[in-house]
Amino acid sequence: MDISDEVEAASAGSRRAIGRLLTRVERGERDLEALIHPRNQAQIIGLTGAPGVGKSTITGHLAARLARRGRVAVMAIDPSSPVSGGAILGDRIRMDSVLGEADVFIRSMATRGSEGGLSAAAPAAFRLLDAIGFDVIIVETVGVGQVEVDIAAAADTTVVVVTPGWGDAIQANKAGLLEVADVFVINKADRPGASDTRRDLELMLDLTATNDHSWRAPIVATIGTSAEGIEELIGAIDEHDTALEAQDLRGQRRRARTLLEVRSRVGLVVESRLDAALETEQISARIDSVAADGGDTLALVDALTELLFGFSDP
Amino acid sequence: MTDSSGSPSQEWKDAYEASPLREGPFETMSGIPLDAVYGDAEFPGQFPYTRGIHASMYRSRFWTMRMFAGFGTAEDTNARFKELLRAGGTGLSTAFDMPTLMGRDSDDEWALGEVGRAGVAIDTLDDMTDLFADIDLGGVSTSMTINGPAAILFAMYVAVAENSGVDRSRLAGTLQNDVLKEYQAQKEYIFPPRPSMRLVTDVVSFTTEQMPRFNPISISGYHIREAGSTAAEELAFTLANGFAYVEAGVAAGLSVDEFAPRLSFFFNSHIDFFEEIGKFRAARRIWARWLSERYGAVDERSMKCRFHTQTAGVSLTAQQPEVNIARVAMQAMAAVLGGSQSLHTDSYDEALALPSEKAARIALRTQQVVAHESGVASVADPLGGSDYVEWMTNEMERQAEEIFAHLDDIGNGSILEGVYAGIDNGYFVGTIADSSYRFERAVNAGQRIIVGVNDFTDGSDDQTELLQIDQETENIQLKRLAETMQQRNDEIVEESLSVIRRAAADSSTNLVPPLIEAVRARATEGEIVHALTDIFGTYVEAAIV
Amino acid sequence: MSGDEADTADHPVRVVLAKLGLDGHDRGLKVVARMLRDGGCEVIYLGLRQSTESIIAAVEQEDADIIGLSMHNAGHLTLAPKMVKAVADAGLDVSVIVGGIIPDPDVKTLLDAGVAAVLGPGASSDEVVAIARSVSRR
Repeated sequence: MDISDEVEAASAGSRRAIGRLLTRVERGERDLEALIHPRNQAQIIGLTGAPGVGKSTITGHLAARLARRGRVAVMAIDPSSPVSGGAILGDRIRMDSVLGEADVFIRSMATRGSEGGLSAAAPAAFRLLDAIGFDVIIVETVGVGQVEVDIAAAADTTVVVVTPGWGDAIQANKAGLLEVADVFVINKADRPGASDTRRDLELMLDLTATNDHSWRAPIVATIGTSAEGIEELIGAIDEHDTALEAQDLRGQRRRARTLLEVRSRVGLVVESRLDAALETEQISARIDSVAADGGDTLALVDALTELLFGFSDP
Repeated sequence: MTDSSGSPSQEWKDAYEASPLREGPFETMSGIPLDAVYGDAEFPGQFPYTRGIHASMYRSRFWTMRMFAGFGTAEDTNARFKELLRAGGTGLSTAFDMPTLMGRDSDDEWALGEVGRAGVAIDTLDDMTDLFADIDLGGVSTSMTINGPAAILFAMYVAVAENSGVDRSRLAGTLQNDVLKEYQAQKEYIFPPRPSMRLVTDVVSFTTEQMPRFNPISISGYHIREAGSTAAEELAFTLANGFAYVEAGVAAGLSVDEFAPRLSFFFNSHIDFFEEIGKFRAARRIWARWLSERYGAVDERSMKCRFHTQTAGVSLTAQQPEVNIARVAMQAMAAVLGGSQSLHTDSYDEALALPSEKAARIALRTQQVVAHESGVASVADPLGGSDYVEWMTNEMERQAEEIFAHLDDIGNGSILEGVYAGIDNGYFVGTIADSSYRFERAVNAGQRIIVGVNDFTDGSDDQTELLQIDQETENIQLKRLAETMQQRNDEIVEESLSVIRRAAADSSTNLVPPLIEAVRARATEGEIVHALTDIFGTYVEAAIV
Repeated sequence: MSGDEADTADHPVRVVLAKLGLDGHDRGLKVVARMLRDGGCEVIYLGLRQSTESIIAAVEQEDADIIGLSMHNAGHLTLAPKMVKAVADAGLDVSVIVGGIIPDPDVKTLLDAGVAAVLGPGASSDEVVAIARSVSRR
């Protein structure tokens, strides 16, 4: 099967073809690009939060319900080991357990180490999934690490999940999750401390200027194990979607994704050039000499910049 | 903690003299006479019981040599039970097949190929009746190894006994019924943790009121260790689960001394000899102190940590399986030197298949050698007072206390809540996976030698005779189930299941009586589990790898 | 094995790990998951009580190269060939590896039935990863 057949099969709903195409996206295959015809129809929902807050269960419930309105894909992103580059991707278990009969496409992706890799691949995957007819794309990331937060933040609607407990809201704030949240979920809301967490969040929202004009992130309480609060969460997401539409901000979110992808891709190119330059004999020798005898580090930086870009920035 | 009044305390002497003694001789094989205990600091049978729960230990009687049995249909196992009783046994130990353990009937699509394989298949009261046919349940003690659906099998046991004219108050036995470790290690869970605990406490309350001779929970570290934990983690998680059950029982309105004397434990005896002995000694000391100090028990029986031990199945190798006989012998010795109340020794071929008759016999003979030939049973806690053994005991206790402190912390001052939290956030599963991987890497790197596996491998290719299981069991069982379903009154069954749903939804109702009614109506185990999941939901664990 | 070193590094071998049937022993499965991760593979961990259908669905969506099944006590002679058949019926190009304690005569039966490799107890981390790489179609 060649790529265009794969795109056709994927558009017709073949899970295997979609799976293959996503691998091509992850590999950054160029041939695919010409075949992706954006519809700009898919609603992209980012869902993030600290490990163990119950993201996968919420995602599963959300996907199952949204699947009644259209085609739903989930991208579940987990970190790769910085040492080996391998990863253990385990989000399917909890999702599958709540999906029931709902037809939802789930793909697990690893961050694959480098800064730029995933932030290039994820927006490209959104474009592909949109092009082949998905109506909703939910991207779930662990809310620690800049890449993961960036990806969730590039969604149309970003949902940040926290749980009751001392300092959870504060942790979310530290990780930069507060600024990117369009909707907050307090999951495991049957636990003690849920109302304290709500109060903490409200307080922090009071103190933080929201970037999206008049939108103030609503706070939804859920209980993942029994799917309580999921309808309310969908309501909040829809409301945010309507607000985006009304204020003509959807294009802005799309631009953020384009920016993320372009920036990441260029970053990857620059990075690999830089790595190659650092390994040349000439530069390597100068590094040795600066390290051994002292010398002008900044002059070396200028020389490298000159080598890479044809100019230096004094 | 110690009685420092000089050599054998009067209190110990009185207790020893009041104990019955088995036939000796209590001297070495060369004729050197032996005291019942040595040392002058601590004594067995006295708080905190580090040296044993009885003053006389094995001089009164040996540990119970309890061997686990169960295979095929209820009739097959019944025949094996009767043989055991004829041979002088008084305790029956029942292994159930995987579908029964998971609350599924033999005709469930998931049961295919598993019916009657690793234990006996029980679907309805009729199977349970066959299992105990012609056995006087008032005169034996029965242990049933089942957890997720334990309350249902327990209800069947009560119903069978009463149908045969034995009042429930006369029933003696042990139900494993330890759901917490299922979420931590063994993974045979059905419902989420809290509803599962409701079922456990309902059984505890029911037996406390009506069945004084029945042990409602056997708190099991065995599976935690088999899943790859360290010795200290096995110790700490198991005792923490014990504390959790105590707190749950108290929360259900019982007083500690009403039910704690009927809690018992089940530990693993692994291959590192002194570590295991330290673990067993520490278990008794910790349990005694916590029950007395934290939970306010005053009855000594509540403070005594009674435990069954099984040798470590996971330490058995498929390569050169006969070498396992040596491993099991050392593990059995550690269990006895650690003061176990009963012991199961694994068969050398268990890494490969269910035990053959010959292998099971050798396993039992191994215990008999320890009891009758080695002489270790003549003196209580013979290793007590050794600097190394005392240090190891303290070290086990120290590591366990660290874990209790963590659980107490994440549970905001409740071990029960701490255990729930640890299940929910992956603490137990993650810790066990870490320990298991650390061990595996050490073996891989050759830092740890396992004879026949990563060294001394000459002869590892030999083949052993294995027990083959007959496919016919499944057909017989399916037929049996179909017959029962046909003969019963479906309306009564439906009504009994609705009663269960209503009772499940109302946490102030004890579920045991409606379960007994439903099994009497011949509702199947699977139907009852479905009725309960309608209210309780099911549990799926997160991927903590 | 195919692909050069850089290729392997850019596109890790993807392995779906699961256990078929009711049995709850997942110690071996977890150890293998970590070995594969530490060997640079991406493990899609499905865990306990999976069916051949759920595994096939995951393999398709995840575009996996390998299915790793863990077996404990019996069952391997029925379950593993059932998985191989399901893979063939779905027309998928993935290898099935079985791990667990499998008696020697059964190993041959499994290999004859189309299982790509059998990993016994004591298989080292390097062996596990090497086998994964060698049976991977990438």
